Amino acid sequence: MENKKIKREGAVIFSEYKRGDSINKLKEISRDDVLFELKESGLKGRGGAGFPTSTKWMLTAAAKSDKKYIICNADEGEPGTFKDRVLLTDYPELVFDGMVVGGFTIGAKEGIVYLRGEYEYMLADLELYLNNMRKDNLLGNNIAGIDGFNFDIRIQLGSGAYVCGEETALIESLEGHRGEARNRPPFPVNTGFMGHPTSVNNVETLSAVTHIVLKGGSWFRQYGTNKSTGSKLFSVSGDCEKPGVYELPWGTTISELLEKVEAKDTKAVQVGGASGICLNKEQFSRTLGYEDIATGGSIIVFNKDRDMIHVLKNFMEFFVEESCGQCTPCRIGNTKLLEGVEMIEKGEFTFRYINELKELGKTMQVASKCGLGQSSPNSFISILNNFSEEIFNQGNGGTNGK
Amino acid sequence: MLVAEKNSLTEEIEKMVEKHGATRAALMPVLQDIQRNHKYVSEFAQQEVARLLNIHPVEVYSVITFYSFLNSEPRGRNIVRLCQTITCDLIGKEIVAKAIERELGVKFGETTKDNRITLEFANCLGMCDQGPAMLVNDKVYTKLTPEKAVEILNKVK
Ligand SMILES: Cc1cc2nc3c(=O)[nH]c(=O)nc-3n(C[C@H](O)[C@H](O)[C@H](O)COP(=O)(O)O)c2cc1C
Ligand code: SF4
Repeated sequence: MENKKIKREGAVIFSEYKRGDSINKLKEISRDDVLFELKESGLKGRGGAGFPTSTKWMLTAAAKSDKKYIICNADEGEPGTFKDRVLLTDYPELVFDGMVVGGFTIGAKEGIVYLRGEYEYMLADLELYLNNMRKDNLLGNNIAGIDGFNFDIRIQLGSGAYVCGEETALIESLEGHRGEARNRPPFPVNTGFMGHPTSVNNVETLSAVTHIVLKGGSWFRQYGTNKSTGSKLFSVSGDCEKPGVYELPWGTTISELLEKVEAKDTKAVQVGGASGICLNKEQFSRTLGYEDIATGGSIIVFNKDRDMIHVLKNFMEFFVEESCGQCTPCRIGNTKLLEGVEMIEKGEFTFRYINELKELGKTMQVASKCGLGQSSPNSFISILNNFSEEIFNQGNGGTNGK
Repeated sequence: MLVAEKNSLTEEIEKMVEKHGATRAALMPVLQDIQRNHKYVSEFAQQEVARLLNIHPVEVYSVITFYSFLNSEPRGRNIVRLCQTITCDLIGKEIVAKAIERELGVKFGETTKDNRITLEFANCLGMCDQGPAMLVNDKVYTKLTPEKAVEILNKVK
């Protein structure tokens, strides 16, 4: 792996920050002040679901319990996403300081990082980093000299299951169970890890908090748009000259992004990973943000030579493997959708059946128990709709036009 | 398994349980430690974990089967996981996989005769900007070419 630290540019996440600064700031401000700045910032969860972070922390802070937890969701399993990897390896100060601020605000004594098993190679460095924080009184007892503020962080590994990124499946896994999503409600903010109030936050969300506490909510919201405040990290991969992590303000269009990463002859852009949607050329003027396309930031670029049925098949195979199998719409549905893709590939389909599968996809979107099954039909539906000309009309039989 | 081997495995697991705590919540870390050392969690190990954590062995088995990085069947001394997800797929996973299979004389999903390497595919490793990527145990290798991948695996003991 390439591990020279690149100097990255960005207005918010990649702006200047010195380890410990936001923790030290807690000496001057109260937990209500933190909540106020967060509300002012308009920050929404960066893990994909986009729930307002101030609300989540307010609810966890208000819940009554002798124990509370803040969990950093470092499961990053969505295909095409690697921004959390970059934050954890190159900017651990943002992630961990954000967790300390979270502990302070919601009243947790323990923070847990759920680190995907695929990232085990980071573990030694991260543990060392935490030890240094302990030495410098940024973790432990009376942190930064704040009387009675005791908080520590531990890291627990995942073991290769995409669904464990879903917050209730993650908690199941932390408790030593199969990573099967729970029914919600109750929500983790009331009944989370070991039954205690728990805030699960994405790596990037916590990194944003670190800056907001120090620089203020209004500083944050000057970037982005009215409904999508601040900036976002995008993980860009696929057919472009400059793949990597980019910090861009919300409101950026797909074309602007493509230009930045020097993509040529682009035919399709998958936004949001396998569970996201696939856009064709006519849609490149659409904007990234909660007003239009909300996303956790995975951007995969496909050039004119790519076979969209091959792409779709790869996504559907992913979901068939990663479905936890708990509920029927997702377990059976994804298998049926994959079979449909294979039929198209072989040229053994009827339009009637493919339309039935699209309807099945819509049923899965509403009837599945967790976000995996609710979002897995997105690429099926969007690829077949947005690339129908190439897939169905230019093909000669099953060869998909090639 | 010989009695002496059993005893030493029991001792090893007892140490892990001591480190992580004798609670259900320690199950994953304990299983991960066993997996790391032995590349799989044998039936005997499962029973010992169940006994020490005071849960039913079936529970332990059911957790192992859920996670793709935990195995209940023996694997080679090293586990290779080549990323099969979209970006790595587009950028040459297939030719890397073929080269590895030719060189080792086994297919993905199999273990070499000398028990040195088990080949598996994995879903997105989070290295999409540097694909094709693979894990050898917990180490990650990126920007693989067929030649580079084979060279890396030849060095694995
Ligand atoms: C199948 C599935 C996988 C998910 N994977 C992740 C993940 O890897 N990282 C993450 O932060 N959130 C993931 N989420 C979203 C989490 O459930 C949760 O919304 C998020 O961690 C909350 O943090 P945030 O509010 O800071 O975004 C996933 C959701 C689903 C349904
Ligand atoms: S939607 Fe899929 S992953 Fe989620 S609970 Fe149902 S079967 Fe499991």
